[in-house]
Amino acid sequence: MEVDDQQISKIKKVFLILSGKGGVGKSSVTTQLAFALYEKGYKVGVLDVDLCGPSIPKMFNLENGVINQSESGWIPVYYDNEKRLGVISIGFLLNSKSDAVIWRGPKKNSMIKKFMTDVVWGDLDYLLIDTPPGTSDEHLAVMENIRSINYSDYSAVLVTTPQNLSVNDVRREITFCHKVGIPITGIIENMSGFTCPNCKDCTYLFTRQGGKILAEKSNCTFLGAIPIDPNLTRCIENGLDFLTTLKDSPCYSNIKEITDKILA
Amino acid sequence: MSQEPERQEMSQEVPEHCPGVSSEKAGKSSACQGCPNQNICASGQANQPDPDIELIKDHLKTVKNKILILSGKGGVGKSTVCGQISYALAAHYESENKQIGVLDIDICGPSLPQVFGVQGEQIHQSGSGWSPIFVDENLSLMSIGFLLPSLEDAVIWRGPKKNGLIKQFLRDVDWEELEYLLVDTPPGTSDEHLSIVQYLKPAGLTGAIIVTTPQEVSLLDVRKEITFCKKVGVPIIGVVENMSGFACPKCKVESQIFPPSTGGAEKMCEEMDVNFLGRIPIDPQIGQCCDEGKSFIKEFPNSPATQAYNGIISRIHKFVATSQ
Repeated sequence: MEVDDQQISKIKKVFLILSGKGGVGKSSVTTQLAFALYEKGYKVGVLDVDLCGPSIPKMFNLENGVINQSESGWIPVYYDNEKRLGVISIGFLLNSKSDAVIWRGPKKNSMIKKFMTDVVWGDLDYLLIDTPPGTSDEHLAVMENIRSINYSDYSAVLVTTPQNLSVNDVRREITFCHKVGIPITGIIENMSGFTCPNCKDCTYLFTRQGGKILAEKSNCTFLGAIPIDPNLTRCIENGLDFLTTLKDSPCYSNIKEITDKILA
Repeated sequence: MSQEPERQEMSQEVPEHCPGVSSEKAGKSSACQGCPNQNICASGQANQPDPDIELIKDHLKTVKNKILILSGKGGVGKSTVCGQISYALAAHYESENKQIGVLDIDICGPSLPQVFGVQGEQIHQSGSGWSPIFVDENLSLMSIGFLLPSLEDAVIWRGPKKNGLIKQFLRDVDWEELEYLLVDTPPGTSDEHLSIVQYLKPAGLTGAIIVTTPQEVSLLDVRKEITFCKKVGVPIIGVVENMSGFACPKCKVESQIFPPSTGGAEKMCEEMDVNFLGRIPIDPQIGQCCDEGKSFIKEFPNSPATQAYNGIISRIHKFVATSQ
C-alpha cells in the first residue's frame, strides 16, 4: 500500500498501551492519559485496535460518532471543537451495540493496517494505541505497521492490576516487547485500592503493590498507581463528561504525575 | 513442542471484504480478485471437512458434559469463575467419584495453573496421549501454562498456530471418563472461539456460561458474545454477573465499584432472552484464594460469595438435566 510519508511523519510519538490480562483498565488508562495530555495543550490521537471488544467510544462518550471518508482517508471522530483530541475505533463502524466482530487473524490484520495507514490524523503530538489483551495477531500487526510506516519514536506503556494473576500476564507482555523490539516506557498499576465512600477505609481488593514489585524485578520504570474511583466508572456508564469528572477525582493527581514521568 | 503443519498454507493477507473460506462465494466473489488465496478457496480445498473433527468426536465420547466459559470483556473473572465452579463441581461429585476436567485455551494468558495452585507442573506424555495435571482426586487441568519453560515466556502466535494447539488439546489429552469438561477461553470472539466451537460442536457441546461484570462497558462486549453464540449455534446456559458490589470489611456498607447503570446483567439477560445464573459479590478473599491456588468455596463455606456459587451450580445442574 502506498503510504504518504509526509502525512505519517507528523506524529511525534506513539505510545502502545499493553497488558497481558484483560480488564485491567487499558482503555480506562488510555482515556485518562489522553485527557491528561490534552489538558497539557497537546494534540492527541487515540487509536483503538481492540476489534472484538472496542471500549474507547464509550469511554469518550462518543458512541454515536461516525468516521467520515475524505479524499485522503478516514477522518477521526473528534472529542472537541478545536479538534485536538481525535479517536478511531471499530466501534464507530458497527451498526448496533450488540454487533459482534467474529473475525480470524488475517481479517483483523487487514483492518488494523487500514487503521494505521488510512487515517488522516493531521499534526499529532501523541498517538495512543489501545490494544486487546494478549500477545497475538493484533499486536504483531500493529508492530509490523509501525515498522513499515517508519514511526521513529514509539514505546510501550504496560498496565497491570496488583494481583499475581495479572502480574504474570504482564511478565509475558514484557517478554513480547523484548522479542519484537519495543522499548518499554514503564508500568502503571491500576485499581490499586478502593477507598470506602462511607468510612474512608482503604481496602486493597486485588492485594497490594504487585505492579511495583514487578517493575523492580524486571528493571522497568514504575510509573505509578491509580486507585479505583467508582465515580469515574459511573461517569463513563452514564455518558457524562469524563474530563470534568476526572478533574475532581483522586485519580487525577496520580495520572498527572504518571504523564509527567512518561514525557520526561 | 511439536506443532503439526497446517493442512494448506494460506496467506495472511486477505482483502477487506473476504467472504470467508467456508462461504459458498469463497474464491468467487468480487473481493477475491487478486487475493493470494483465491485459487485455494475456489477449489473448495479450504472448505473440506477437517478429518480431525471425527477424531475429536471419538476421543471425547467419554466426556458427558462439555461447557464453554466465555466473556466478551477481559478481566471480568472468567478464570476465577471457571476455577471456583470447577472446585464446586468436583466437591459435589467427590462421593460418586466422578471426574471433572478443565481445559484452558487462553493461549496468550493462561491463568488457570495459578488459580489451581499447580504452577510449574510438567505434562507427561503417555501411550494414550498427554496426561492432564491433577489438582484434586477428581479434578484435572490442561493448560499451555504447563508447556512453557518459565512464567516470563510469551506465546506470540498468530491464529493458525493457536488453532493447531487447541486441536491437539482436544484430540490428544487423555481425560478418560469425565462428568464435566469446562473450557476456559480468552476474551473476544476470534480464532480461539471459532476453533473451539468448530471442533467441539460435532462432539456435542452442552452450552456456554458467559461471565460479565455489572457495568455497561462490560455488558457491551457480552452482548457481542451472546450474538456470537447465537450465530454459531451454541446454547447459552446462562450469564454470571461477577464483582457485583463490595461490602467494606470495616463498616459493612456496600458500594457499587462497577455500577450497573443499565440495570446490570439481569436486565440484559431479559432483553436478550437468556438465563441469568446469579451474581457473585466482590470479596478480596476470592482474589487471594486464586493467587494462592486454593478453593474459595472450601476455605470460606459460609461467605455470601460461596452461597452465590452454590446457587449458580444448582442452576447449571438444572440446565444440564433438562437438556439431556
